[in-house]
Amino acid sequence: MKNEIKTQNISAGKIKRRKKGLSGIITRTLIALIFSVFFLLPIVLTVTNSFMSTTEISSNYGKIFSSVDDRNGREYIAETVNLKFIPDIVSFEQYWNVLLKSPDYLLKFWNSVIYVVPITLFQILVAALAAYSFTRFTGKKKTIIFFLYIILMLMPYQVTLVPNYFVSKWLNILNTKWAVWLPGIMSPFSVYLLTKFMKRVPNEVIEAAQIDGAGEFRIFWNICLPLCKSALFSVAILVFIDYWNMVEQPLILLEDSDMHPLSIFLSKINAGETGLAFAVATIYMIPNLLLFFYGEDDLVEGISSQSSLK
Amino acid sequence: MFLKLEKKKNQKQKKSETEKIKNGESAKRKKKSVLERKKAIPSALFLAPSFIGVMIFFVVPFIVVIYYSVIDTPILKNFVWFDNFIALFQNKAFQQASWNTLKFTLISVPLAVVLSLLMASLLEKAMPFKSQFRSFFLTPMMVPVASIVLVFQVLFNQNGVVNEFLRVFGMDKIDWFKSDFAMIIVVILFLWKNLGYNMILFMAALAAVPKNVLEAAKMDGASNKQLFFRLKLKYISPTIFFVTIFSIINSFKVFREVYLLTGDYPYESLYMLQHFMNNAFNSLNYQRLSAAAILMSLVMIVIIGILFLAENRFGKDVEG
Repeated sequence: MKNEIKTQNISAGKIKRRKKGLSGIITRTLIALIFSVFFLLPIVLTVTNSFMSTTEISSNYGKIFSSVDDRNGREYIAETVNLKFIPDIVSFEQYWNVLLKSPDYLLKFWNSVIYVVPITLFQILVAALAAYSFTRFTGKKKTIIFFLYIILMLMPYQVTLVPNYFVSKWLNILNTKWAVWLPGIMSPFSVYLLTKFMKRVPNEVIEAAQIDGAGEFRIFWNICLPLCKSALFSVAILVFIDYWNMVEQPLILLEDSDMHPLSIFLSKINAGETGLAFAVATIYMIPNLLLFFYGEDDLVEGISSQSSLK
Repeated sequence: MFLKLEKKKNQKQKKSETEKIKNGESAKRKKKSVLERKKAIPSALFLAPSFIGVMIFFVVPFIVVIYYSVIDTPILKNFVWFDNFIALFQNKAFQQASWNTLKFTLISVPLAVVLSLLMASLLEKAMPFKSQFRSFFLTPMMVPVASIVLVFQVLFNQNGVVNEFLRVFGMDKIDWFKSDFAMIIVVILFLWKNLGYNMILFMAALAAVPKNVLEAAKMDGASNKQLFFRLKLKYISPTIFFVTIFSIINSFKVFREVYLLTGDYPYESLYMLQHFMNNAFNSLNYQRLSAAAILMSLVMIVIIGILFLAENRFGKDVEG
């Protein structure tokens, strides 16, 4: 009798727990949905709005960017602002305009490419060499230098841009591409991350190669780098998105606004070109989203390994 | 300079070698140290490109910045002690910028830590579409801020969507970017961009909590709440600390978002330290620039020092 009650109680508890589990899943999913909307809304809106025609844009947002072409009131300007998810008619007018009629945007996009791609590639190369040095050869001096790198990595632009500016001035490269390239390539950020990854390469592998008579550079190039492939990729993504998003460096190091990358130029779009701006903004995030789809797991792995300083 | 350092190193090693031989060390030992000396040369070669670059672009000019911060002008070169720093502290714009940056840090960092921890623990539990949600949470990290500021302008403009929405409830229009609420928009944008990064750090930490400890606690009848607050939180406390420091450092970089939203001359409450620096650059005021950079770096060194000390302590805790 007693036992029966006990088993009944247990099974009742199980059902209760299962019910609780289900409601827990539902609330969690709801919360996750709210977060997702918060994260995705700006991106989705930018993309969908880029497929609106100029007329539709100015009738939706006319009130906001109110100096929109007032061509004798021919253009209808809405009294209220409509935030629309889906355009009435899907039109490629804006993309057409970006590609053919407004070379300015393409030029700025090209500027961004010209800055970011060499910085990413060469920063990774220089950093991989340094990281190899930090992993393979240790000593007190190395520890001190590595510590210096960490401090530099954590400094905000308010600090690092001042020395960058002075050097560029002395070397007479201010207002040239080199002023952005060189400090970018020498940035200690990826040295730190790559060192962390390379320390995971098992020592036996390297020693085996050494016994087979491979020189240091061969070990580095033929053994260490291939083993760190996904790490290199994840660090490259991090460097790329950081510089693709850069604002501070060009503002200070490049006076000539023709040389600015698209990340700065996008914010200076005048009121008449709102529709165009959505299209350009969409184009600007495409490389990043592609990288994300291709390398999400590597990226997560790369960031995860950052969770302490040593 | 670096080569010299390496030479010195070699010399030292040679010395220690001879000492070792004197002490009658075994031949094996001697062989090893020869090998180590051989290692020093490639070691320097591998590090050289990066090290020379860092020296030229960061360290050496930084020493000059220190020098600039204690002289009156680069032409006269009179030593003025801390006059530049005193002038900096008395500068109204600097006070405003520091206060705004501090305020922003105080608002955004706790939110960034708590919300990303919430997101990470959400994704830890059973849920449909988990990997999709993870991707959604991480997308903002990838997207350049410049691409989405337009949407924020549409939302928060004086005639924007948020005001239209508020009007339904009979509230007055707010010119968001020129009000004391402006900071809120920037905080939202900051969180939008940075939560994903922190979330990954927390996910890694939560995954590293030993399973057997959790199981044992569950067997003892611990509720989910207890599991989280008593156990997991304790295990991930080093990560919480690390994320906090990282968020503080990131919050100093917030100028980017403000600039893209409001341009060169934002409303007073959005005037950040980097704006102050930009103005000093434009007016070629090297003394002010140098003093501010030195001051900033001192603050950063203190923060980084705390991080290191704490990491050492936490490390011992986990080991012990």
